[in-house]
Amino acid sequence: MNIPLKASRRQFLQSSSALGLVIGFHLPLAGRALAAEPGGDFAPNAFIRIAPDNTVTAICKHIEFGQGPYTGVATILADELDADWGQMRVESAPADVKLYANAAFGIQGTGGSTAMASSWDQLRAAGAEARARIIAAAAKKWSVDPASITIGKGVVKDASGNSATFGELAELAQVTEVKGPFTPKQPDAWKLIGAAKLPKVDTVEKTNGKALYTIDVKMPDMLTCVIERPSRFNAKVKSFDATAALAVPGVKEVFAVPQGVAVLATGYWAAKNGREALKVEWDETGTEARSSEQIIKDYVDLAAKQGTVARNDGNADAAISGAAKVVEATYVFPYLAHAPMEPNNCVIHRTDDGGVELVFGSQLQTVDQQVAAAVLGLKPEQVKIKTLLAGGSFGRRATPAGDMAAEAAAVLKSAKHQGPIKVLWSREDDIKGGRYRPIFVHKLRGSVDKDGNISGWDQVIVGQSFMKGSPFEAGMIKDGIDQTMVEGASTLPYQIPNLRVSAHMADVGVPTLWWRSVGSTHTAFSTETFLDQLAEVAGVDPLEIRRKLLAKHPRHLGVLNLAAEKAGWGTPLPQGRARGLAVHESFKSFVAHVVEVSVGSDGLPKVERVVVAADCGVPINPDVITAQLEGGMGFGLSAAMFASVDLEDGRVVQSNFNDYRVLRINEMPDVEVHIVPSKENPTGIGEPGTPPIAPAIANAWAKLTGQHVFTLPFSHSAAKA
Amino acid sequence: MIKLTVNGNPVEFDGDPSMPLLWFLRDEQGLTGTKFGCGIAQCGACTVHVNGEPRRSCVSPMETLDGADITTIEGAASKEVEAVRAAWIAHDVPQCGYCQSGQIMSAVGLLSLNPKPTDEDIDLAMTGNVCRCCTYHRIRTAIHDAAQRLEG
Repeated sequence: MNIPLKASRRQFLQSSSALGLVIGFHLPLAGRALAAEPGGDFAPNAFIRIAPDNTVTAICKHIEFGQGPYTGVATILADELDADWGQMRVESAPADVKLYANAAFGIQGTGGSTAMASSWDQLRAAGAEARARIIAAAAKKWSVDPASITIGKGVVKDASGNSATFGELAELAQVTEVKGPFTPKQPDAWKLIGAAKLPKVDTVEKTNGKALYTIDVKMPDMLTCVIERPSRFNAKVKSFDATAALAVPGVKEVFAVPQGVAVLATGYWAAKNGREALKVEWDETGTEARSSEQIIKDYVDLAAKQGTVARNDGNADAAISGAAKVVEATYVFPYLAHAPMEPNNCVIHRTDDGGVELVFGSQLQTVDQQVAAAVLGLKPEQVKIKTLLAGGSFGRRATPAGDMAAEAAAVLKSAKHQGPIKVLWSREDDIKGGRYRPIFVHKLRGSVDKDGNISGWDQVIVGQSFMKGSPFEAGMIKDGIDQTMVEGASTLPYQIPNLRVSAHMADVGVPTLWWRSVGSTHTAFSTETFLDQLAEVAGVDPLEIRRKLLAKHPRHLGVLNLAAEKAGWGTPLPQGRARGLAVHESFKSFVAHVVEVSVGSDGLPKVERVVVAADCGVPINPDVITAQLEGGMGFGLSAAMFASVDLEDGRVVQSNFNDYRVLRINEMPDVEVHIVPSKENPTGIGEPGTPPIAPAIANAWAKLTGQHVFTLPFSHSAAKA
Repeated sequence: MIKLTVNGNPVEFDGDPSMPLLWFLRDEQGLTGTKFGCGIAQCGACTVHVNGEPRRSCVSPMETLDGADITTIEGAASKEVEAVRAAWIAHDVPQCGYCQSGQIMSAVGLLSLNPKPTDEDIDLAMTGNVCRCCTYHRIRTAIHDAAQRLEG
């Protein structure tokens, strides 16, 4: 949502730029964030704590909302330590940018599929340090040569028969210093990294109801808050009548906050009923009043002209104007809600030292900390954050303005109630609440020369930048272009001699945000389907044309060829089925999809089978990677088939899962995943599984029906047979 | 006064009779394993068993539940529950995990009626349970696995 206080925003921007968002932010490994409590813990650095009870706790600075970082960090540390998998535990790190900054951002936060990639070297070094000190402690205890000591499955042994657990050595290890540097294991010594099946650390508690999410937090004297929000984005409360709301049993307080009108009650049901009884008048001055249809029309007009150039190879205009064959296409992509299963929420309470603690699924802890501090007039260090498991995010919880922290802080600030407050969003609040993947329009022109080669490619992208005006602007907007708008197009790997990609950043009064795979949600679709159109005009098979144009991109080729081989590309299919493929790089990982599609009973594409091939560097947890590729594909399929948030008169039409349709089990195709073995450093996997599915389906659909698809979702487009 | 049984314990309720069971369980009984996802019976995250059958607790008013026997994820215990849980763990089904209590309660309901479900049976029984992580592929595999465990 909108940023509530101008002063707090300025303050935030200042302190944020002081943090620098510097790539390669120095991470002090020697930190003692979790210095051993009296009682014999061994806490060699900010990432490991070994207790006398022989548990090894990995401190995870990344939020766990399904992509598996808890298991990933535990795997890296356990492998370095040669711990037993059963003794591993994982704990969420507190908000502390000095210790827990994401190396890719310079602030503490999770996103951009960086969790494992940015932790890899750091955690291997942290594990190696712990291991060295355990060995030194054992050598001291037994008066033996450290070189005679080995560790296996959490048991430390020497050649003469001495043996101890980590727990038994913890207290001594804590006071045993060893000089670094600490060299991590070589790949051939890995036992857990790359193991085909390592049980995830958080599965059991997610099958018995014990996993704790923000919505589950209970504190003494806690009230529940819901907020009545405007139907036009950024509208302000003009006046409200709380008489009827306050008469609802359980409702305690009603007051205005920058986000709307807050209702505090003893529980959700009372708060919701109180909210429904409110009468609010809104000031809609200056709010966005257009429909989605009008915004799209305005974008199509803009797309007729070249935008700010993001990439310019050769001379695209000359190549296209002189070409034997020219293809043109205009693509339209809708607003998309993330709709994670757990709607937004946040618990806030005062602490004994005059500060506050936020307990929630914080995805950008440093931002959330600063925003809450600014709203409450506190110093950032007076705002503690306990990061809980969250019921999905897909980008939703990484708001550059710290939306939930700001909102919870605003409620706390204005409430008479002094105890803890849990702010909950309903599903309607979520679907209507903005922060959507923005509408995009792409206009493409491409040419095929007389020899059948693709000679020119001109792509104009129009959309709204959610980086503009955010604390990430300096890092993400380069030469007047928001890189998140053009990524995947400006980085097109195909060898096309004349290629231009340009973009227009439009101003729209709708709050938007990154959405699983960000720019690639639209650029993968336009580029991969347009390439198929050009291949068709050139009379070349879609696989062959990619092989030819990717000759200098072995990792793209690797996944493409693997998926094609496993899917039986080119082999006969039953009547009424066709194959399509797409390959795309995002977050430094490479994913190819080959799909088989038929016409469903509703006239829409029915995806029968998906073959996935992926290369994400060293596969730390192959089964987690497989799960992300299955789920990421499903997430992309869901959006491609059905998802659209539509505006009429500036107001959101959809409200809940009844009209914002999402994929269900009967619509999930068979999916098989193949992972390319690799020794490259690990790269992203939370997002890269999403982009290729929509273009692969559209390419299959074009083959099956002769209809190219230019508008998503399929349910809104002409893609009906 | 509405009297009902929750996970074998007799409990009473004399609040707003239109309050859905979901909020009674979560806010008054402290049973937070049952989740809120939509409030309109569209996502299944709130699925519990009422008199042994899956029910969306978010649209089940307390006034309709006098004398009812409620089982939540916390109290679920049967050979079907054990088989489903074991299969869910073996296949590491959950990602974010938020919908999984509801998925498990629906799967247990299916297997209690139909110990050997086909893919179509699974689709019919589970289509009301949304998973935004799209763990559907593993849910299907795990239900077949649970069916095998029940057989063996």
